[in-house]
Amino acid sequence: MVASRAIGSLSRFTASRTLRCSGYICRSFTRSSALLTRTHINYGVRGDVAVIRINSPNSKVNTLSQELHSEFMEVMNEVWSSSQIRSAVLISTKPGCFIAGADLNMLNSCTTSQEVTQISQEAQKMFEKLEKSTKPVVAAINGSCLGGGLEVGIPAAFDMMLTGRGIRADRAKKMGLVDQLVEPLGPGVKPPEERTIEYLEEVAITFAKGLADKKITPKRDKGLVETFYLTELTSYALSIPFVRQQIYKKVEEKVRKQTKGLYPAPLKIIDVVKTGIEQGSNAGYLSESQTFGELAMTKESKALMGLYRGQTQCKKNKFGAPQKEVKQLAVLGAGLMGAGIAQVSVDKGLQTILKDTTLPALGRGQQQVFKGLNDKVKKKTLTSFERDAMFSNLIGQLDYRGFEKADMVIEAVFEDLNLKHRVLKEAEAVIPDHCVFASNTSALPIGEIATVSKRPEKVIGMHYFSPVDKMQLLEIITTEKTSKDTTASAVDVGLRQGKVIIVVKDGPGFYTTRCLTPMMSEVIRILQEGVGPKKLDSLTTSFGFPVGAATLVDEVGVDVAKHVAENLGKEFGERFAGGSLEMLQQMISKGFLGRKSGKGFYIYQEGVKNKNLNSDMDSILASLKMPSQPDVSSDEDIQYRLVTRFVNEAILCLQEGVLATPTEGDIGAVFGLGFPPCLGGPFHFVDLYGAQKIVDRLRKYEAAYGKQFTPCQLLVDHANNPNKKFYQ
Amino acid sequence: MAPHSSTLAWKIPWTEEPDFRMISLLTYTLKNLPNTSKWALRFCMRPLSSSSQLQAAAASQTKSKKTLAKPNIRNIVVVDGVRTPFLLSGTSYKDLMPHDLARAALSGLLHRTSVPKDVVDYIIFGTVIQEVKTSNVAREAALGAGFSDKTPAHTVTMACISSNQAMTTAVGLIASGQCDVVVAGGVELMSDIPIRHSRKMRKMMLDLNKAKTLAQRLSIISKFRLNFLSPELPAVSEFSTSETMGHSADRLAAAFAISREEQDEYALRSHSLAKKAQDEGLLSDVVPFKVPGRDTVTQDNGIRPSSLDQMAKLKPAFIKPYGTVTAANSSFLTDGASAVLIMAEEKALAMGYKPKAYLRDFMYVSQDPKDQLLLGPTYATPKVLEKAGLTMNDIDVFEFHEAFSGQILANLKAMDSDWFAQNYMGRKAKVGLPPLEKFNNWGGSLSLGHPFGATGCRLVMAAANRLRKEGGQYGLVAACAAGGQGHAMIVEAYPK
Repeated sequence: MVASRAIGSLSRFTASRTLRCSGYICRSFTRSSALLTRTHINYGVRGDVAVIRINSPNSKVNTLSQELHSEFMEVMNEVWSSSQIRSAVLISTKPGCFIAGADLNMLNSCTTSQEVTQISQEAQKMFEKLEKSTKPVVAAINGSCLGGGLEVGIPAAFDMMLTGRGIRADRAKKMGLVDQLVEPLGPGVKPPEERTIEYLEEVAITFAKGLADKKITPKRDKGLVETFYLTELTSYALSIPFVRQQIYKKVEEKVRKQTKGLYPAPLKIIDVVKTGIEQGSNAGYLSESQTFGELAMTKESKALMGLYRGQTQCKKNKFGAPQKEVKQLAVLGAGLMGAGIAQVSVDKGLQTILKDTTLPALGRGQQQVFKGLNDKVKKKTLTSFERDAMFSNLIGQLDYRGFEKADMVIEAVFEDLNLKHRVLKEAEAVIPDHCVFASNTSALPIGEIATVSKRPEKVIGMHYFSPVDKMQLLEIITTEKTSKDTTASAVDVGLRQGKVIIVVKDGPGFYTTRCLTPMMSEVIRILQEGVGPKKLDSLTTSFGFPVGAATLVDEVGVDVAKHVAENLGKEFGERFAGGSLEMLQQMISKGFLGRKSGKGFYIYQEGVKNKNLNSDMDSILASLKMPSQPDVSSDEDIQYRLVTRFVNEAILCLQEGVLATPTEGDIGAVFGLGFPPCLGGPFHFVDLYGAQKIVDRLRKYEAAYGKQFTPCQLLVDHANNPNKKFYQ
Repeated sequence: MAPHSSTLAWKIPWTEEPDFRMISLLTYTLKNLPNTSKWALRFCMRPLSSSSQLQAAAASQTKSKKTLAKPNIRNIVVVDGVRTPFLLSGTSYKDLMPHDLARAALSGLLHRTSVPKDVVDYIIFGTVIQEVKTSNVAREAALGAGFSDKTPAHTVTMACISSNQAMTTAVGLIASGQCDVVVAGGVELMSDIPIRHSRKMRKMMLDLNKAKTLAQRLSIISKFRLNFLSPELPAVSEFSTSETMGHSADRLAAAFAISREEQDEYALRSHSLAKKAQDEGLLSDVVPFKVPGRDTVTQDNGIRPSSLDQMAKLKPAFIKPYGTVTAANSSFLTDGASAVLIMAEEKALAMGYKPKAYLRDFMYVSQDPKDQLLLGPTYATPKVLEKAGLTMNDIDVFEFHEAFSGQILANLKAMDSDWFAQNYMGRKAKVGLPPLEKFNNWGGSLSLGHPFGATGCRLVMAAANRLRKEGGQYGLVAACAAGGQGHAMIVEAYPK
């Protein structure tokens, strides 16, 4: 029952349509008139059951705000003091949401940890009172129930609080988080969502009555940890302190390994649970609220909350609804990207043509889509029938048949300007006038692709990230000629594909590739200076990158990396200097293209989890070895040489207007490139870490290496004026 | 009569929350019953009064049409139809095979109609769970029943409307001039179902078959694992949604806010009416069946009128513990077969038959198999009425398939809802509620039983026989089926 809020609120817990009851003894006083109008919470009495309805006005979700707390306490006090009421049902009248956790605005408006601690203590009081309720309270949960919301419904969530991961309703029932599931209803004589909530309420009322009449007994009279599906034997084992110490240690180890110590919350939660179990619940509560207060004030918390807000913003179409909704999509090229784009389209019900030039290539792409869907069947998030229905939204073909009905064509052919020109001309010969032509490219300027177009206002860039079905980001690139409606259409399709979207201006490397390339250049330089790929990987992951730098080159593909580095190197000259492209060239000539060819810096084998270094790389690395400079080659310096180049380039993109907002820069960096989420993205990082410190580092490296480290003007401005922040 | 009228009252004071009740049904009943007499009482009197000339004349005046005959299309008639007694699975039929039951129905039909075997042009049977040995059960049964081996036969399957499909296929063959005389029927034997080896085991056995050397065989056998032996049962759940039909029916009842009590009452009504029809000898389509090695079966054995108190004691069968669908308000697993003799009218007359009814317009519909699995009748009813140019008021006899009480009541509520019609059926106004006093008056699938493949013919014969008995002109048959499909057909009484 301890602090799951901090992380819980950032992730989704979808214990949809679940029910939970906790039964207690009855106490009675006089009953006051119940029908006072409150803002967030109201209740009515049916028989002897109070039905408490939560509905925060003007919001899609209910969040645990201070007003909601106080109203809830008022209502509960009335419920407890009424002699007529013997049990209560707690339900949200918002379809699809019970309580979505703590109100982030509320937390954000706090300036000190004491304030947050106080809020947390008030919430605790509420949860404690609810837990010790003298009358049975049944929480009827329909839809997302996150963080504190979960605590209202379910005062014992052990696994939840550590991972903050989403749990489906049926799984929640198995874990014992909820007692009963109510399946959503279909149409009746009123809208299904409405009737489902009514039905949930009816079922909850019968349960509340049953609990009050002692006809039903909740199966959980055990303490905190026991509810977490333990057998009697293990629960006996847990009563031995030594065993408990071992478990704490084990859990801590696991958490440390997963978070690399970069996210303070999970470890603190373990501390709090430990305090609660070893020193009693009061000490636990106190420790919880204090820790929560401290955590809310950490940089990590600010960065993550900022990221959460940014993500919400990038899930909206600020260009408005397109004139014509895309119903028929066509994807050119059934490679990794093309098939990925097709997959995220067909599973949202979008009719999609997948075109390639040869049957084997097309078949490979179709199989990729099928496998992507089938994996979800194996994970039981899809039924085989749903998979089949989705898969039949996909039409594979080798010609342009049906393109005359396409509303949007996304080309994902090889990164070769001539080829892109060819397919654009081929497509334009058959597609209708309103059809958008989108190019999925990571570096070729969209303007150059559009030069051969008859209708450049319909040409746009849609830069997906690999693997498309896993990576959330979509970078949309507009040229000066791209019309607003074309942009609106592209954003609309991207949102339907479930993407988080940033819209940037055209230019070499757009935003994401452009930020990554100088960092990659530095990666090569660092490798040349004798830092091994494994060491480099561990330095980058311990800084918070999800994938190590050397592994990233392997994943992207050495040939792609070289292609991009060359192109952008020509454009940006010395600012992209650093490592020698010769390394990539030699790797390509030896066939070390990264994961796709089985060899890169590492050796990749099917079914082998721990990858080994590719020993054939030694000679290449030796032949290109450069001396390292000791004063800028400490572990920390290596990390910052990589990160500051990334950050500097990101800020330059904002300075040059490639980026419209810092938010998009942060979202693009975190969701597309794996910039450490605990830092909140390059712009949050500058705000929280301090522009001056970053400039100082850049100057130090500039002195050692040259102009590639020269801080951009906007960053210098921020350093010179500490009041200047990207986020106010 | 007295016990019926007390159990069939719709005004039982269980109701604390009147909004959950079937107000519409209640008010309808009250509107049509100016005095305090219960409608069941009235029902009991109907057979007596309906024979009076006066009432028959009055009824025919309100009809919007005289007959549904269409120019240039052959009139198609049901000469007669029979069925074996429908039995609970695992009782007297449990050692039979499906074609045995089907053969009994065919023999019964031959006996009842004395149709010369060589006149029959074609035979069609419906079935759902197929016995793999007799996958074309129509042909196996026909051969055994002594039909000419020159009469082709095929088997159709469309879940619970399989024999409806058999009959409408026959209608198509006759209307298009391909045939003059067709026997249509259906059979289901739930006492025995094909339980298979697991896919892994089957694969191993098939590989073993192909293996040529001992080494090959051994290598295949070495792959054997104990879990290969776990058997595979015929799916009880909807393939597309993995939801069992009972579960879906429970959700449907909840969606239409139909209470447990309403469902139990409706089931009780079905059983009471079936008992009464059985006692009064109205179920004339039933033919006795001498089961080899056992006694002759003469009547349905699933009709068991109980009391509401006893029914209330049952636990929910599908959604536990708060669901409303129980064993008592669902149709039970049934063995049985049915068959009807369908002819072109001129052929029947030429052969000297006095047909029982015309088969007129029919309609198949389908909808969402998840949330509207059992709403077929709601969708099919207005369509078939419009096609025939009739209104709900023209129908004298309703025979709806009762899969679950909740399903029937949900369909009635859906037909009575403007909101449902507007939002899901694309209609301006509601379909309208079939009057309950004309509805399944001789019991239904809940009480008589529901051998999936055989129910359709029973519905048509019940409608035809009721029309003759009660004196109406038009009957409406409707049924839901797995897969979210549905069917409705107009049966017109043959002039006496």
